[in-house]
Amino acid sequence: MIYKRKTPLLVFLIPAFLFLVVYLYYPFLQNIINTFMDIEGLGRPASGFNEVWYENYQRLFTDPNLRTALKNTLILTVCTVVFQVGIALVLALMVDSIRVGGQVFRTVYFFPIVISATALGLMFNLIFLYRGGMINQLLLNLGQLDYEIKANGKMIVQWIDWKDVEHFMTTMFSPVIWQYVGFYFVIIVTGLNNIPSELFEAAEIDGASGLKKIRYITLPLLKNVLFTCLILAITGSLKVFDLPWVMFGAGMPENQGWLTGTYMYDQTFNKMNVDYGSTIAVLIVVLGVLMSTLANKIFKRSDEY
Amino acid sequence: MKIKKFSFSKLIIYLILILWGLTTLYPFVWVILNSFRKKGLILSDSFSLPLGEAFTWDNYITATERSDFKNAYLNSFIISGTVTIAVIIIAGLASYGMVRYRFKGRGLLYSMITAGMMFPVFSTIIPVFRMEVVMGIAGTGNRWLSILATILPQIAGNLCFAIIILMGFIQSVPVDLEESAYLDGCNIYQVFFKIIVPVAKPSFATVAIFSFLWSYNDLFTQSFFLRYPQERTITGLLNEISSQAGVNYGLMAASVVLVVVPVLIVYIFLQKNIIKGLTAGAIKG
Repeated sequence: MIYKRKTPLLVFLIPAFLFLVVYLYYPFLQNIINTFMDIEGLGRPASGFNEVWYENYQRLFTDPNLRTALKNTLILTVCTVVFQVGIALVLALMVDSIRVGGQVFRTVYFFPIVISATALGLMFNLIFLYRGGMINQLLLNLGQLDYEIKANGKMIVQWIDWKDVEHFMTTMFSPVIWQYVGFYFVIIVTGLNNIPSELFEAAEIDGASGLKKIRYITLPLLKNVLFTCLILAITGSLKVFDLPWVMFGAGMPENQGWLTGTYMYDQTFNKMNVDYGSTIAVLIVVLGVLMSTLANKIFKRSDEY
Repeated sequence: MKIKKFSFSKLIIYLILILWGLTTLYPFVWVILNSFRKKGLILSDSFSLPLGEAFTWDNYITATERSDFKNAYLNSFIISGTVTIAVIIIAGLASYGMVRYRFKGRGLLYSMITAGMMFPVFSTIIPVFRMEVVMGIAGTGNRWLSILATILPQIAGNLCFAIIILMGFIQSVPVDLEESAYLDGCNIYQVFFKIIVPVAKPSFATVAIFSFLWSYNDLFTQSFFLRYPQERTITGLLNEISSQAGVNYGLMAASVVLVVVPVLIVYIFLQKNIIKGLTAGAIKG
């Protein structure tokens, strides 16, 4: 009855939706328009339509750096889904099966998420450092590094360059994946707690073993939670920016290290191709929608495990 | 026989769990230890404890002398604090209205909120920058205007997530409480501030913590709007140190520790709220 009079509703809703319209929806639409315009500098007005109005979209197909960025981002997405959600699922099933210490593991696993990607990037720069970084020092102590013997008899350690073309993917992706495992872990553990324990007791009476219980009870009932994780992992991996940017900067090594996020930032900010940057942003949104729809189609349809 | 096998598999499980725990904690321990180590030793002997000869405060002294950490902390706390307060007030009001009122267009507004979570900041930042240049708050070189220019889009970016989490909680509050308060003579705003806010305190805490952390850690938005030295935030400062420190790895380690410590303190005290509130929203969302 107190909610019959609708006037207070305006006070409740107007501030929030004013923000959403002015700072999310209007800029989003403006960004789509910008992709057809010629904009020469950040914050400057458009100087008119592009000569060929769709030329930015044409460029998407011919730009070799963008192709690299797309390839890397797609690989990252696959790795994110497989390893991030996969590791999180295994850890969650394990924590669910123990009696003592669950809360401690939760706290510890979740911890990297609250740290800024900038700080993590710097930290991993030290860890993957060429001369005497943590990993290389560890390998040296374990005797896993080769030596080069100079003419004067000096032995020189052959450090592994973790940021060269051969190794950069591991170096770039493992921190990104590692950081958010705890996020999915916590979501899955909560999902596990919501499964009624009577189901497991019934299965136990029927003689189901541990793995069978997981296969026939836990996983099917966890489907919706895993699906949420899948969508979050896909959209999340398309947005990755800070960590690779701090660790690798603009496209290192040799223009092979681009991601869609870092390439968009570089085009807009450093190269001042604002309209092209907007086009890449549109591409990121389109990719996100496409991939989530695809995931929806594949996993929602198969109701049987 | 059966019992023995049982405890052996438990042992393996604990070992694996602890191993992953080490991967999340050890890198931080390693950085903290090395921030106290004498120059040069990091590259040759980074795994031992920095005791006696190897111990030094120099890295922290250099870090605080060379860069204006005090000013950067101040900027960061002004920005993130304002964003947090604004988000909980605006999102609190909106989610209350959305949950308790039935009105035309409610469905549309609800989908506006959920769709708003999907926009990556990349796709809005350029027009927002241009809009704020026209409004005269971005790109002026004035510290306070630049801070305002950062705060506004960050509020908008955190609102949708906040509204969804708060709606999930307010839905579970029984209406009777509000009705009896209303009958006792409270007006609708008093009902909101005296009943809803205290009851929903845990989820307000979650929203506040996440808004604060995301705003504090958000290098992308900050680097668009804060371009001058006196506007620099902690995250921006760290990014700059990383490009300038060169081979002074002790300085880098000390800077990382200086940035992480405030977050670490917040996390240790509030981790229960953070994790609980987040999962409530994520699963519903």
